[in-house]
Amino acid sequence: MDNAITSTGMTTDPTLYPPYTPAVHEEHEHAVLPQHRHHFETEEQQREAGSFGMWLFLLTEIMFFGGMFFAYLLYRNWYYEAFVVASNQLSVPLGAVNTAILITSGFCMALGVWAAEVRQKGLLVVMLLLTTFFGFIFLGVKADEYHEKYEKHHIPGASFSTAMFVNPAAYGLKEDPLSPDMAQKTQIFFFLYFAMTGMHALHMIIGIGILAWLTLRAHRGDFTSGYVAPIENFGLYWHFVDIVWIFLFPLLYLINRHPLK
Amino acid sequence: MAHQVVHTDANDPQNITNPEHAEHRLITPLQYSLVYVALLIFTGATVGAAYVDLGWANPVIALGIATIKGVLVILFFMHVVFQSRLIKMTIAAGFFIFFVLITMTLSDYVSRSWGLW
Repeated sequence: MDNAITSTGMTTDPTLYPPYTPAVHEEHEHAVLPQHRHHFETEEQQREAGSFGMWLFLLTEIMFFGGMFFAYLLYRNWYYEAFVVASNQLSVPLGAVNTAILITSGFCMALGVWAAEVRQKGLLVVMLLLTTFFGFIFLGVKADEYHEKYEKHHIPGASFSTAMFVNPAAYGLKEDPLSPDMAQKTQIFFFLYFAMTGMHALHMIIGIGILAWLTLRAHRGDFTSGYVAPIENFGLYWHFVDIVWIFLFPLLYLINRHPLK
Repeated sequence: MAHQVVHTDANDPQNITNPEHAEHRLITPLQYSLVYVALLIFTGATVGAAYVDLGWANPVIALGIATIKGVLVILFFMHVVFQSRLIKMTIAAGFFIFFVLITMTLSDYVSRSWGLW
């Protein structure tokens, strides 16, 4: 939809538009704007179709992440003890701070959509930049957490170490020691941890790439003259990524703190 | 009725320069801020609850708060509260199918060794 503007080389310079000569009908009239594609009856219909399509895409994303959420649910029941001690290796403060950072990023995105709607170009650009900034902070904290896992040999694979889970007392941990075979199952927790947060981070990296492009176009004024669809639809994507994290945070960090005996 | 393109009219009440948003209600920055504060409060609450031993209720509370936060984001940040019924129904149907898939898959795993434990 957004290539409608770019491909025709339309700019938002009002002097390029001819004076308004809408096709006047008997009952009502259409104000024909460049972003209005001819196969839509009204601009409102076009807008709804765009949102509808975006939501269909997001529903497929829910199914995609849902598969991993289900795997987590199942394996947590199968290897409960391993999931408890492995989960307690994650830092709740870091996860909580990152949650607040991501919510802040989403808040800036929401204000950015509002700025585009009320056609405040400067505010829109600032909000998109802030959204990007907080996105980078989130990824930075995440990278720090990943690095800590690397140092502790908690990345699944050949160099994975179960030492901390077989003999927690030697590492100053108060957890109950696991049998060697159950300790191996902590790899499943960390595999799911990296798969889920990694896929989430990949979505954010893709989103930040799109944000850079949107910021450039917003700076050019593409989205502050009535054509808001790309900003609105990207906002939906960004908030969806927020929601995935809102569920990842309690599942991975919080719910295993007080294991049932 | 000849219309002039008035690009400075940000509100555009007649939807002349912005008919894409005909009958399109905006959520105000104040409302966004309230949702934002609510999300932060719920984040603090879920972290606080995680440090208290509530037994089986810990995961229930954590996921309940996450659901409230998710619904807040969907309704307000994603504007679903002002979307058409078609879009609301589509989203609800998507989540419904997701829960059907979870339930059916889980019922398989739960019942595989039924009575053998």
